[in-house]
Amino acid sequence: MTAHAYLEEARQIQALSLTVHIPLVCFGIAFPSMVVFAESRYLRTGNELYRTIARRWSKVMLTLFAVGVVTGTILSFELGILWPNFISTFGNVFGLGFALEGFSFFLEAIFIGIYVYGWDRMSPRVHCLTGIPVVIAGISGSTFVIAVNAWMNHPSGFHLRHGKAVDVHPWSALFGNSFLWQEILHMYFAAYMVTGFLVAGWYAWCFLRGRFGHYERAAIAIPLAAAALISPIQIIVGDWAAREVQKDQPVKLAAMEGLSHTTRGAPEHLLGWYENGRVRYGIEIPHLLSLLAKHSFNAPIQGLDSVPAADRPPVNVERISFQLMVGIGTLLGVLGVAYVVVRLGRRRLPRSRWFYVGVLAAGPLALVALVAGWVTTEVGRQPWIVYGVMRTSEAVTHARGVPVGYATLAAVYVALAAAVAWVLLRLSRVPLAAQHAG
Amino acid sequence: MLDDVPLILILVGVAAYVVLAGADFGAGIWVIASSRSDGALRDHARHAMGPVWEANHVWLIFVFVVCWTAYPGVFASIASTLAVPLLIAAVGIILRGTAYALRAQSDDGEVATGIERVFGASSLLTPFALGAAVGAIASGRVPVGNARGDLLTSWLSPTGIVIGALSVATSSYLASVFLAADAQRVKSVPLVNAFRERALIAGAVAGALALAALVVVRFDARHIWDGLTSGWGLAALVASAAAGLVTLLLVRARRFEPARVAAALAVASIIAGWAAAQSPELLPGLTIDEAAAGHSTLVALVIAVAAGLLLLAPSLMLLFRLTLTGRFDPGTAAGTQPRVRDLRRQYPGARIVVAGSLLLVGCSLMVLSDATWGLALGVASLLGFVATAFAPLADPPESDDASVPVDAVLEREA
Repeated sequence: MTAHAYLEEARQIQALSLTVHIPLVCFGIAFPSMVVFAESRYLRTGNELYRTIARRWSKVMLTLFAVGVVTGTILSFELGILWPNFISTFGNVFGLGFALEGFSFFLEAIFIGIYVYGWDRMSPRVHCLTGIPVVIAGISGSTFVIAVNAWMNHPSGFHLRHGKAVDVHPWSALFGNSFLWQEILHMYFAAYMVTGFLVAGWYAWCFLRGRFGHYERAAIAIPLAAAALISPIQIIVGDWAAREVQKDQPVKLAAMEGLSHTTRGAPEHLLGWYENGRVRYGIEIPHLLSLLAKHSFNAPIQGLDSVPAADRPPVNVERISFQLMVGIGTLLGVLGVAYVVVRLGRRRLPRSRWFYVGVLAAGPLALVALVAGWVTTEVGRQPWIVYGVMRTSEAVTHARGVPVGYATLAAVYVALAAAVAWVLLRLSRVPLAAQHAG
Repeated sequence: MLDDVPLILILVGVAAYVVLAGADFGAGIWVIASSRSDGALRDHARHAMGPVWEANHVWLIFVFVVCWTAYPGVFASIASTLAVPLLIAAVGIILRGTAYALRAQSDDGEVATGIERVFGASSLLTPFALGAAVGAIASGRVPVGNARGDLLTSWLSPTGIVIGALSVATSSYLASVFLAADAQRVKSVPLVNAFRERALIAGAVAGALALAALVVVRFDARHIWDGLTSGWGLAALVASAAAGLVTLLLVRARRFEPARVAAALAVASIIAGWAAAQSPELLPGLTIDEAAAGHSTLVALVIAVAAGLLLLAPSLMLLFRLTLTGRFDPGTAAGTQPRVRDLRRQYPGARIVVAGSLLLVGCSLMVLSDATWGLALGVASLLGFVATAFAPLADPPESDDASVPVDAVLEREA
């Protein structure tokens, strides 16, 4: 196997493991707040329906958290197993982020245990309060991990001397990074979209099967409210994120847009395929890229040719995943606005079948957009693992046998996905009355 | 001095992981080692793990992150050379977590038996692989560098195998002591007897394996032997052996609570002994000082860990108190009703106006402003918009009031 093919395999394992883990992170960020919200409604209204909702959701939350624990553990193993030179050179810079994340994760694990096993074991108010640390830790933990990713994309806080990072300032490297804030906000909103639409999608499925009583109505309103409010404004945040990429990683932006030469008044291409330095079969909108990225009709936008060919990411992977994310995100934004308009205008839930078909599709689509977004940011960083400082090929392990690990993990992940689906289905079939009683 | 602090943290983490997660692994081992008719025993083993296993597992993550932040080169060398046992442990961890979640939702029967086998097998595999990895490090088979050691013979070496086996035996022993104590709390005499018997057997096996390990180390990892037979190493070894003997006596006398503590001490002492024996080298030719990250990283790490422990310690205490006092045991429900208030809000119109203006301000600032303050204000406005608009939107519409008595809904289900 050539060194290049070997590197590709290592990257694919990492991509596979991240793709498995990231949807679970979304649930870790967004779901606890929905569960606690439902329970707080119970505290406020005394309506047992909300308690039943919170209680049933908390079981799902625990299951997904447990799976997130183990898949997240694999990621930390892989950092060392697959990318030892990345760790040995820069562990002293970014490691702090993971140490902080470790404590968040600790608190989350402790309180999720107390919350889920503590139903009926403490006063309702205290029980609801034990959910708050789960909400906070879910958000803070992912903040610290995203801080590491933002540092990889926009590294600072160290000097490189003889292949070692020296003069390290870990706090400012992780948290004094201008690239961090748009990444965090973009990911949080994505988490609420993915979780909101997936959970709402289940009740939309109930609607389509003709089972849409008080329970389902109360349960769909919460995730749908979150997803519908956030989807439209995610487009605004995405626009901001793209401008930050233009500032800090102009080559990534050029690959996202398929812009081969540095151009004044650069056009935007929708769809199409990048070939021989131009986008073919795409719809060209003149000046739009300059307008979006720099707020000026004729501003110059840096092209791929500003760096040697060896320093460019693969353009089509980058373009397609970017357009997939933007396309789906726009559709979800429209769906969100439609819901809010009907809900506020007519003071009721939508009744159209098509709306619920849309919500059912929105969950998986949001997942696709999420993964496409991460492909955009991670593939767009290539060929660098630490942008402009260390190449991914310099970081990879020298150990043989990566393909064996790849096959093993792929098989395990398939089994894992099947197992999760089975558990969630079982949980959904527990009768409401059983949950109510005990 | 500062160079050593993270190492102490790592050792504390390793000891906590071996004692706490080890007991969870051991519970899994007893599940697979039980006969078909021992349903009650298996259920007891699983239920005892329920609220705590995720938290216990996090100690491993703690060890990893402290290691790669404070001694990045050491972590990279270990992970790359020991990729195989670490991958095995990783797969074991996935299978175990998954099997646990699956078992909780499955009825007894063929499927449940299959799931329990996976659960038990992975509970056996993971401590063995991690123990073997420790054996590889202790016997100096992990050279500094990117995958410079042998992928197989490094851990499938005499020391690796014997430490792996010792980890499995220790886990089983810890689990049976802990489970006997739990059984005593729920006042189940048959379970107390079952786990007491298992504790005595596993304790004897673990003790024998510990002696065997000493012999193996004498020939396979001479520097560790020398370290364990002199100075602090010897003191730790003696302490561990004494604590091990004491726990066996305590178990025999059915004093399981103090036996838990003594068992934990035995494990902690031998880990301290290993550290003393191997000091000051972390890997062959690499001392702690040489491996440690720079001053600023270590200071940041110690601050982070100290702050983290400040939050963690009371939380962990709360979890263990609730678990050990039996608050999570089945049949201890004690619920009260909350006070009921009216859900209807005042001034819905005002809320819509506020949310709308926040949305407008947020969007304009985010799209048009390039200044940091503008973006920050824009983000704050957008978050404010979501917060203002969420609650009214998340309540069911007035035309479909969810305050319909729940009994009506539940009756329909029944």
